[in-house]
Amino acid sequence: MNITELRDHLCEQHPDLCPLFSIEFGDGVLSVSCDKLYEAASGLRDLGFDRLGMATAVDRGETFEVVYRLTSRSMSVGIFLKCHVPRDAPKTNSLFPLWPAALWQEREIFDMFGIDFEGHPDMRRILLPDDWVGHPLRRDYTDDRMIRRPDYI
Amino acid sequence: MSGLLGGIVFGLVGGVAIALSTMVGVYGERKIAAKIQRRFGPQETGPYGLLQLPADTLKMILKEDITPRQADARIFKIAPYFVFVPIAMGLVVIPVAAGWAALDSSIGILFFLAVPSLSVLGILIAGWSSGNTYATIGGMRGAAQMISYELPRTLSVLAVVILAGSLRPVDVVQAWRWWWIPLNFIGIVVYYISSIAELNRGPFDIPESESELVAGYFADYAGIRWGIFMMSEYGGMLAASLFGAAIFLGTLTWLPGPFGIITFLLGTGVIGSSMIWVKWTFPRMRPDQLMTTAWKVLTPLALVQLVIVGVVVPWL
Amino acid sequence: MTLEVESRKETLAEDGLPVEELVVNVGPSHPSTHGVCRVIVHLDGEIVTRAEPVIGYLHRGIEKMCENRTYLQVVPLTDRLDYVGSMYANWAYCRAVERLAGIRVPERAEYLRVIVCEMQRIASHMMSLGSAAADTGAATMFIYAFDERETIVELFEDLCGARLTYNYVRPGGVSFDIPEGWTDRLLEFCRTHRVALREMDKLWFGNVIARGRMKGIGVLAADDAVAWGASGPVARGSGVNWDLRKHDPYSVYPRFDFDIPTGSAGDVYDRARVRLYECYESCRIIEQAVAQMPGGPIKAEGLQRLIAPRPGDAYDHIESARGSLGVYIVSEGGPRPHRVKFRSPAFCNLALLPLIAEGHMLSDLVVCLGSLDPVFGEVDR
Repeated sequence: MNITELRDHLCEQHPDLCPLFSIEFGDGVLSVSCDKLYEAASGLRDLGFDRLGMATAVDRGETFEVVYRLTSRSMSVGIFLKCHVPRDAPKTNSLFPLWPAALWQEREIFDMFGIDFEGHPDMRRILLPDDWVGHPLRRDYTDDRMIRRPDYI
Repeated sequence: MSGLLGGIVFGLVGGVAIALSTMVGVYGERKIAAKIQRRFGPQETGPYGLLQLPADTLKMILKEDITPRQADARIFKIAPYFVFVPIAMGLVVIPVAAGWAALDSSIGILFFLAVPSLSVLGILIAGWSSGNTYATIGGMRGAAQMISYELPRTLSVLAVVILAGSLRPVDVVQAWRWWWIPLNFIGIVVYYISSIAELNRGPFDIPESESELVAGYFADYAGIRWGIFMMSEYGGMLAASLFGAAIFLGTLTWLPGPFGIITFLLGTGVIGSSMIWVKWTFPRMRPDQLMTTAWKVLTPLALVQLVIVGVVVPWL
Repeated sequence: MTLEVESRKETLAEDGLPVEELVVNVGPSHPSTHGVCRVIVHLDGEIVTRAEPVIGYLHRGIEKMCENRTYLQVVPLTDRLDYVGSMYANWAYCRAVERLAGIRVPERAEYLRVIVCEMQRIASHMMSLGSAAADTGAATMFIYAFDERETIVELFEDLCGARLTYNYVRPGGVSFDIPEGWTDRLLEFCRTHRVALREMDKLWFGNVIARGRMKGIGVLAADDAVAWGASGPVARGSGVNWDLRKHDPYSVYPRFDFDIPTGSAGDVYDRARVRLYECYESCRIIEQAVAQMPGGPIKAEGLQRLIAPRPGDAYDHIESARGSLGVYIVSEGGPRPHRVKFRSPAFCNLALLPLIAEGHMLSDLVVCLGSLDPVFGEVDR
């Protein structure tokens, strides 16, 4: 199945999600608001997206963009599920009940961006030690040992 | 007085013999393992790497003797001797020429089976006194394993004792006939496997499995104390091979008179090398598989052997 | 003996004696953790009641480092992710950059990428099989497997000068064309490798002790494998027929004829067996790729050294030896990526360890860990 077929299929099954769907760089992207994230995700799972491939976040200044990459084995197609959480209150729903694969990946997002996932059973740091201060993949993160490469390229 | 003198002389000779056999054993093991694995093995120190082992020994003696802080220091320090001394004591009753053993005891075979197995005590206290979880698990595994394999090993030797009608090793060697080998075949196999297991060598090296327990009961030992554990392993290998060659294969009587020693040493070498070969070919067993092998396979087999011999003996 | 008493549960056995749960730290520096990983193991006797992996000991902040490097400068960092399969991370990253910047890769370069990645797959699987054997004390199998790996590493050395961190695949192509006589040596290797594989099959998978150690251990159900995001041989060992080379084909893979081996039981044995069979398939792919390889340039024409793609984000994934390795790049314009995320298969597969190790013995924990084939450069990033 290619992307346009996926769009048609999605619009047929979930008309409410249809206007949120776009195509970027050959990939289908579904941008939702974060309170709708869980619903949209379970809708996609019922549509046949059985694998949670990747979960990450991107620092977009005012907000953090939480990105899930879902893959369907039956349709051989992938889709992005994105939502923006505010930087001052980073909180969203965990997709762990839908895909257990989110267990470690959301822990990593929490570790690196400080985004709290509600409904996640084990919200601890994963890569960094428990007493680490700050969330390193935020763009404004600094610490004493960080060396910034000079900008001469 | 002469008894004491004899004891001292024999102690020295025996000690040197074990040290030498350890060196030969380690060198042989490294060379054989290298051949199996398409490598060269030691070859830099001395011709054919022959001086590697003296060099290693020197290094081991000069190394710092470390006692971990959490260890029970006194017991920790004497534990290696509890492993080594019983194994060395087992050597005295083995006949080294037709009709001659250092300690010609009428219960020699019983002595050989009973005394070296006391080294399980050393393994237990070494593991326990290290104050290290891995070492404790290793010690426990070692104790369980050695006590389990005691049984099939003793039963397999018992078949030979019945055939010879004596517990004196010298008598067994003199009574030995070539058809004991086919008759005793199951017993020989059981003795061989359970001897390897008694020595905690691969594929039965679960007490010291380096990939799970790091080094098991001797994880915290260093320097010469670690070396004593190694010496007990090779000493035990030597004892098991000598005993097997003398009692089961009767190699002492293959050539007439004193020349029997040639076939005897050759037989010992073959058994020892095959132990090395087995170790470097097979993966390690799991503790429960190990116990299953001892209780459900080897012990019944040894009993079958015993029955076979028991049926045959009245007809001789 | 002092052990951390407060962390242990104390219960009473049937006969009234207190029974303590033994807590063992396997690692961080342990012979069979394949790197630096710590597993907190709760033992009931020798039975594992709970195994909790603690990772991050090799975390170097590669994703953070990518933020102030140019697109080209990131390539050497990707080598350091999966250090026994550097070509994969190189390729996955370059594919994402090419997608983002709209670079067209010449056909010869695509073939070269396929060849080196299939060689890398063999090298990586040899490492995995060998160290899994070493975990159970079979030192000889370990040496035999590394002998095979060594030949590939030497071929790589002749190709790009490095034995471990190749930095070979670059955005827009590859860094060097093949030297003279290299393909002959490669085909010769493929021929001898099949013989060696059969030998290893007999030595390792035919051994009764090895089978006893692997069969029925660490069983992973197919549903769990999908839900937990397992990929690569870990998922295929459970019978999940999912290989990006076949099911989401990229590069020139549709032109080759090869099979995807899958297991059925989902135990350690099947996972290892899938790895062994994949080596045969990789040999087939290499032979076809060498035969089909066209001439021509190995780098995209007119490619600027300073790649500055337009704002947007791109994701691309390839099938590495450990599973689907994805790279997600976010650009906000400018010569440096805004965010680079590596979706590492080993990280996702390692999350399965508590699931598959529970109820087995301590000795099996080591075997289970080895069968997931984690490479901690990739897990910790």
